[in-house]
Amino acid sequence: MKPKPDASSDIDFWKLRLYVAGQTSKSLTAFTNLKRLCEERLQGRYVIEVIDLLKTPQLAEDDQILAIPTLVRKLPVPIRKIIGDLSNTERVLVGLDLQPASDRRTT
Amino acid sequence: MKKEIKKQTPILPKAPTGIQGLDQLTGGGLPKGRPTLLCGSAGCGKTLLAMEFLVRGATQFGEPGVFMAFEERIEELAQNFASLGHDLNALVAQKKLALDFVRVERSEIEEAGEYDLEGLFIRLGHSIDRIGAKRVVLDTIETLFSGLTNAAILRAELRRLFRWLKDRGVTAIITGERGEATLTRYGLEEYVADCVIMLDHRVSENMSTRRLRIVKYRGSSHGTGEYPFLIDEAGISLLPITSLGLKHPASTERVSSGLPGLDAMMGGLGYYRGSSVLVSGTAGSGKTSLSAHFAAAAAARGERCLWFAFEESANQITRNMRSIGLDLERPVRQGLLRFHAERPTMSGLEMHLVTMHKQVQEFQPRVVIIDPITNFTALGSVLEIKAMLTRLIDYFKQQQITALFTSLNSGGRAEEAPEVGVSSLMDTWLLLRDIESGAERNRVLHLLKSRGMAHSNQVREFLLTDRGVELRNVYLGPSGSLLTGSARGVLEAQEQAQSLVREQEASGRTRALERKRAALEAQVAALRAEYGVEEAELQRGIAQGAARTAMLASDRVEMGRQRQAVVKATLKTLKTK
Repeated sequence: MKPKPDASSDIDFWKLRLYVAGQTSKSLTAFTNLKRLCEERLQGRYVIEVIDLLKTPQLAEDDQILAIPTLVRKLPVPIRKIIGDLSNTERVLVGLDLQPASDRRTT
Repeated sequence: MKKEIKKQTPILPKAPTGIQGLDQLTGGGLPKGRPTLLCGSAGCGKTLLAMEFLVRGATQFGEPGVFMAFEERIEELAQNFASLGHDLNALVAQKKLALDFVRVERSEIEEAGEYDLEGLFIRLGHSIDRIGAKRVVLDTIETLFSGLTNAAILRAELRRLFRWLKDRGVTAIITGERGEATLTRYGLEEYVADCVIMLDHRVSENMSTRRLRIVKYRGSSHGTGEYPFLIDEAGISLLPITSLGLKHPASTERVSSGLPGLDAMMGGLGYYRGSSVLVSGTAGSGKTSLSAHFAAAAAARGERCLWFAFEESANQITRNMRSIGLDLERPVRQGLLRFHAERPTMSGLEMHLVTMHKQVQEFQPRVVIIDPITNFTALGSVLEIKAMLTRLIDYFKQQQITALFTSLNSGGRAEEAPEVGVSSLMDTWLLLRDIESGAERNRVLHLLKSRGMAHSNQVREFLLTDRGVELRNVYLGPSGSLLTGSARGVLEAQEQAQSLVREQEASGRTRALERKRAALEAQVAALRAEYGVEEAELQRGIAQGAARTAMLASDRVEMGRQRQAVVKATLKTLKTK
């Protein structure tokens, strides 16, 4: 997690939120997969916020969470949602709108 | 029915829905602490029924509820139910209700790997805990199938969800769209095994009727038929089952028919309270007038009367009854008489039944008039109408409502066969008939049957006067034919003249007798006076006679004494000799 100082103003900044329910294997797998992907593709341009619904169940309504784990792309808009343990990288990239082959913003 | 509920209560606790009729049908409500599947096609009232279950639970039974909507937004729900008189937002503010809209949009969700629906469980659990909910509605969870692609996960999770609901001990309604060959499109009935209720919305002969059927209710007896229900501004009302058995009480109380002459035909007392009365007759034979008398009599007793008019408007009836001197406006103003006028073709047969139930429940009348039942023939077969009337009559009897039904016999038919064929259901049957004779049509009334009371076998002439209906004795003509109308008038006049003559003759004879008696009495008096004089004279004679006798006797004694003295003297002289 490497937040940029003026994150919100940057159009190329990624704010990701991962909803989990306790330390289940699916949640851990999801986090590992997400972390790896972000490091590969969005190094220095992202922040991951992990929300444990067992601790803060009231947050589930706001982002319309029903499946666990759910990854929500808060920024850039529009909001995108990906459910599952993110093991299918191709689907994740499609879901996040990151082109797998022609990665235009790779640093 | 009530006994059965009591018997079952310890075995299977039930959560009352508070929906009119449904609790009767299910013997107390939905299985408490278990999920119930509510299925049906689109627009048949699933959401409404489910929401009413929650609202009534929260307001009437102190059981807060959670409504999880998958199809309608919270604002939409609140709006829809505001039109039905439920203020959902207020209930939410009072923490009696929790609304949660779950949006599932396939285009917004990408599936990448394994997942479960724990988020849904957490949301639901959170809402339940927040308000202490005892009731839950999931409307309609099948939306998940169109939002998520992994059916295997979904099915496993649904199974887990229903078990979880049971573990939480909440009474739940899960709604589902009706499928082609299955109860629900995605086979939810597989998971919900305790209670399945199906709603249906059918259109036949241009009239739509909503019906409810309990497909399954584990561990409880329940009505098995299809029951029509009504959605109106007061929510859902279902036709309760009343025809389960002939268990209604039989009153010995009698209520006046409103006509002294008719009461007299029934031992002077009128109908039994809670009995059903059929008035059948041809057009214009006075069925409505007879009904109006009954209604007026009920109002005069201070009882409420509900009049279902299927032919005339309330105004028309009151106007027409004014012409025979019956004021029906006053009881209407007093709140003792209510008209419910409706064209029979307005709705289906069952819907009429439901409407009538609702009206009766609202107004709580002791007397109900249905005028006429024959107009239902446009809505169904004779069999259907008979079934409907049976249910209606059973209901009235249970409520101890005296009901009067009128039935129109069309000309040409056998007069004693009312069109709907319901006479066997009725306790009292009055037949109004037109008699044509002497260039007149006149009305006569027969009391064809009246169960449980001595009743007259006489035909009465039925007159509509400006002081109401009057019953007259019917005259037999010389040839034994029935004389009515002016023929009766003529005969009556003749009889009156004859009786006058007879009266005069009789009084003449009496006078002659009097005279005779007076003469006799004078004679007797004269004789008695004569006798008095004679008696006095005789008495005087007798007295004189007696005095004379006494004197003679004393003379004789003296003579005797003198004679003795002579004898004694003789003896003395002899002795001295």
